[in-house]
Amino acid sequence: MDKKFPISLHFALTLAGLLVALYMIFLYAPEEMTMGEVQRIFYVHVSCAWPALLGFIIIFFSSIVYLWKRAQFADELAHATAEVGFIFCTCVLVTGPLWAKPAWGVWWAWDARLTLTFLLWLLYVAYLMLRSYMVNPGRAANLCAVVGIIGFVDVLIDYMAIRWWRTQHPQPVILGGPESGLDPRMLATLLVTVAVFTLLFFLLVRMRLRLAAMRRELSEIRHVLAFKMSED
Amino acid sequence: MPLQGHNAKPVLEVRNVTKFFGDLAALKEVSLTIARGESVFLYGPNGAGKTTLLRMLASLARPSSGEVLFDGRNIERDGAAAKSAIGFVSHAIFLYGELTVRENLRFFGRLFRLDRLEKRIDAVLDMFDMRSREDVFVRDLSRGLQQRTSLARALLHDPDFMILDEPFTGLDTQSVGRLEDLLRRLPGQGKTLLFSTHDFEQGAAIASRLITLKAGRVRYNGPLASAPFEELGIQRSNGQKVNG
Amino acid sequence: MASLQIIWSIFVKDLRVEWRNRETLASMCVFGLLIVFLFNFSFETAREETLRLLPAVLWVAIAFAGVLGFNRSFASERENSCIEGMTLAPVDPSMIFVGKMLANLLFLGIAEVVMVFAATLWFNFSFLPSLGELTLIAFFGTLGYAALGTIFGAIAANTRMREVMLTILQFPIAFWILMLSIDATSNAMRGDPGGNWAGGAARVAGISVVFTVASFLLFEYVLEE
Repeated sequence: MDKKFPISLHFALTLAGLLVALYMIFLYAPEEMTMGEVQRIFYVHVSCAWPALLGFIIIFFSSIVYLWKRAQFADELAHATAEVGFIFCTCVLVTGPLWAKPAWGVWWAWDARLTLTFLLWLLYVAYLMLRSYMVNPGRAANLCAVVGIIGFVDVLIDYMAIRWWRTQHPQPVILGGPESGLDPRMLATLLVTVAVFTLLFFLLVRMRLRLAAMRRELSEIRHVLAFKMSED
Repeated sequence: MPLQGHNAKPVLEVRNVTKFFGDLAALKEVSLTIARGESVFLYGPNGAGKTTLLRMLASLARPSSGEVLFDGRNIERDGAAAKSAIGFVSHAIFLYGELTVRENLRFFGRLFRLDRLEKRIDAVLDMFDMRSREDVFVRDLSRGLQQRTSLARALLHDPDFMILDEPFTGLDTQSVGRLEDLLRRLPGQGKTLLFSTHDFEQGAAIASRLITLKAGRVRYNGPLASAPFEELGIQRSNGQKVNG
Repeated sequence: MASLQIIWSIFVKDLRVEWRNRETLASMCVFGLLIVFLFNFSFETAREETLRLLPAVLWVAIAFAGVLGFNRSFASERENSCIEGMTLAPVDPSMIFVGKMLANLLFLGIAEVVMVFAATLWFNFSFLPSLGELTLIAFFGTLGYAALGTIFGAIAANTRMREVMLTILQFPIAFWILMLSIDATSNAMRGDPGGNWAGGAARVAGISVVFTVASFLLFEYVLEE
């Protein structure tokens, strides 16, 4: 991957994309009728939600690969994705109230997206905390993989359950439903922003993976040293 | 010559095993084999890797690289045969404090799917003179008696191979003597013995083969009699033991 | 079958160990009772609204009492490295999971009976008309919850902040088991006006079975060194 799509190119593309997205969000997309300028935060809000979900999908598959093949890279990928996904998830939860309060007068609403994102956020926290609190770090990979798999099963259940719950307890569509009745320019802006943020997500994961690779190399050097040291 | 039995392959084989705990190398490219009927004494300073090695042989730890084989089969992939044939004793007693001696033995006997369990428990309790205390809660026993119960647990399934990690620690003089006698008798009963202890004389009086570990590496692996003591930094007295 | 015997041995062992102390069961019951008591005392009992809260109160109490029990379940194993002792035997780790899960399930079940009994008295509410439906919902809800609690208990035992780690893993993931159980219980308690308690129970059962199977399959990786 590094040869076909070097990280520098990835970085440049992401930067360019972000500039384009910024332009579109602030200048290209029309102002929303009822909410005014503050509505523009919705583009960021939704665009962060998708990578957050994608992150856990990646964690799920990496965890399976790790338990099956014991490939250390799979574990590093899961860890890197968890850290980046957590940030994106937090952004969704932060931008939500920032948009909701001025637009609808409430800080929060348990609509489908926010509920799912919040539960996802809790899963990310649990995963990252498990990594940090291990007494014997050598076993972290196994345990985190198990949590990654069960966690993703939970995400699937969350998705289905939330949809079912909404049929029982219907809520006025607030933060949800941007996909309904969108001006074509808004739709275009949204799609571009989602694409750029996904690109950003992968860029950050790659950078974090580089760090993991460097740590692994350092560890290997230390291992070799540990061997040499007792040649006496 | 060590007894070979019907299976000419060594019982336990450690092939180029390295074990890392983080950046610390506990074992470095350790290779050794132990054949049936041998009586082997593992010696080395603290932190040499003895406990790690013994735990690995008992399937409680996995190597970072290399493999451990039992009768030619990798114990990670195919561990049942090894576990059935190995009895392990360490500082942890692996017993439930809230259960009596007999209840503990019964439980572990069931895990090993032993037949004639009650008879086996009787036999092993007699061996360690614990019959009179079979209904005492393990938490109410002294350290020495707990250790004896743990030994009983380890021998319950009549393993061919006994692995003991510093079994004499914390025992009173009398218990030490009894354990030494027991260990000395094991090879004669067709069992293989591998144990570690701090006291070189004690180990030398029981075993016929010596393996020394230092900083995770094997320094010596051979008959006790021909071990280069000075080179290994071992101080020997005149071979007289203090305990009777 | 040999596996069933091993599961039974482990299950009975857990019961026996608990019977000698009776600490876990007692604390679970007391804790659950306290939560039910707190809610009962702070609201007027007979009011319709309070009764609407009752399913949630019960399941919250069950949730917290459960976590208490799951933590202690592995504490007793840790004392003398007994989990390692079990792995010295040629036992499939999944058997250890089932045995311990059944024990956790039983203890939590007993605590639930105590809490329901107290709720009957304090809230002056009879659970008898819908006892069958409620038992079924409670069984499946507790099953899934106990399965997760067992595997997370084993995972959390490897960390520095064990009790906290178990809670942080348990609540987000068991969230829908609790929510749907509350919903189904509420429906059943009101005499099932919509006629769809079976759907509710099936939902709870479905999710619980999924989590139980997942935990069963993954448990061996938790015990692996």
